[in-house]
Amino acid sequence: MTQNTVQPDPKMTARDIEVFYGQKKAINGVSIDIDMENVTAFIGPSGCGKSTFLRTLNRMNDTIPSARVKGTIMLDGEDIYSSSMDVVQLRARVGMVFQKPNPFPKSIYDNIAYGPRIHGLASDKEELDQIVEKSLQRAGLWNEVKDRLSESGTALSGGQQQRLCIARAIAVDPEVILMDEPCSALDPIATAKIEELIHELRGKYAIVIVTHNMQQAARVSQRTAFFHLGDMVEYGETSEMFTNPQQEKTRDYITGRYG
Amino acid sequence: MMTPNTTKHTVKAFDSDIVRLRGLVAEIGGRAELAITDAMTALLRNDKALASTTIIKDKEIDDLERQIDRLVIQTMALRAPMADDLRVLVSTLKIANKIERIGDYAKNIAKRVPLLDDIDWAETADGLEPMSKAAIRLVSDALNAYAQRDADLAMQVCNRDKLVDDYYSAVFRGLVDQMIATPDHVNSGVHLMFIAKNIERIGDHATNIAEMVYFAITGRAIIDRDRGSDPLDMTD
Repeated sequence: MTQNTVQPDPKMTARDIEVFYGQKKAINGVSIDIDMENVTAFIGPSGCGKSTFLRTLNRMNDTIPSARVKGTIMLDGEDIYSSSMDVVQLRARVGMVFQKPNPFPKSIYDNIAYGPRIHGLASDKEELDQIVEKSLQRAGLWNEVKDRLSESGTALSGGQQQRLCIARAIAVDPEVILMDEPCSALDPIATAKIEELIHELRGKYAIVIVTHNMQQAARVSQRTAFFHLGDMVEYGETSEMFTNPQQEKTRDYITGRYG
Repeated sequence: MMTPNTTKHTVKAFDSDIVRLRGLVAEIGGRAELAITDAMTALLRNDKALASTTIIKDKEIDDLERQIDRLVIQTMALRAPMADDLRVLVSTLKIANKIERIGDYAKNIAKRVPLLDDIDWAETADGLEPMSKAAIRLVSDALNAYAQRDADLAMQVCNRDKLVDDYYSAVFRGLVDQMIATPDHVNSGVHLMFIAKNIERIGDHATNIAEMVYFAITGRAIIDRDRGSDPLDMTD
């Protein structure tokens, strides 16, 4: 069963999305709306298609030669799979944070400044400095790194590196941020900081997070979609999903009775 | 409605926690039922010894409630339950509290047994016995609904509470008439009135238990039921 939200206005809409890896169908017709006001969590067992589906939202699947996507995904009413869509521009508008923190082997400053430079977002050094500071502030990292911006990003702790990656995504002024298991390589305290950050970023960006940790989905999201074997089984209010899911598959999964 | 969840948890210790909790609820519930029955028997037969044991045994009910509280809190902390598991644990916590209250009402009835004057009040308060039986039946059915995860039975219990309320109104009026006619009987009359009120409250708690059972099973509150109105309730 697929429920589509009508309120509030969607930032992104996906309709009848099917994804194939060669002959194998990984996603069987998923439709969902993503809005700015809510954090949306995708949960489900390994191989259920949640990450695959997430990656359709900024065409990351383009990088996999055998992957094919059918269906329509609109960003502010614009088809992101149309031939006129600039994919580099799309990935600035729909940023991504990965499971393993992947800072560039460059200084903390350059990690953040890289995107704004290539997208021409700053006209001079002063403006670039401002973007770097603002992005690090928003990612909750500024106070920890402001005195060592020239040090390498890879010298930071795992949690700091992940916040650096979020700051890097923020620096190009995205509209949507996709997070693919952003905390699975982090300890509980670093995880709590990322979760708090997600909470603060809510409303400024449309945020979609894939997580294996159901408690995390319950903590950070307002809407949750449960994926199973390539289907979106249930999509609804997080508080409702975790107290009174409507589908047996959802219930069995979130109560730990799966498989 | 979804079928009741019978699949086992991947983490088996979670299942044994829940089985243990259900066992404790069955035990505390059984003891509370017995406490009401004994208190009423003590009252009807003027058996002061039975009244006294009933009072002493209430401590066991209190201890069981504490055990349930501890186990629920421990299970919540360790297993982070979701969905129906969460609802069962929260309702178990509340149900244990209601049963403990039922035990207190039974104890209160037993405490009044030695305070009654040696008069034949049974004639005027003859509604007390069937009233207590109806209340015990409600408690018993509410607990069966919990044990058997039977949402229909829980709903029935809620709809049957009015019977106890009706008995209460009749007993109340009978006692008032009796006290007006025979002012010497006021001492016993007042005690009997409290006893009737206690039984009426036991019925209310049974329906509260049934409501929690219904919520645990279905995820929905029973909202569309007629709660009736208590003609003697001054707080309305």
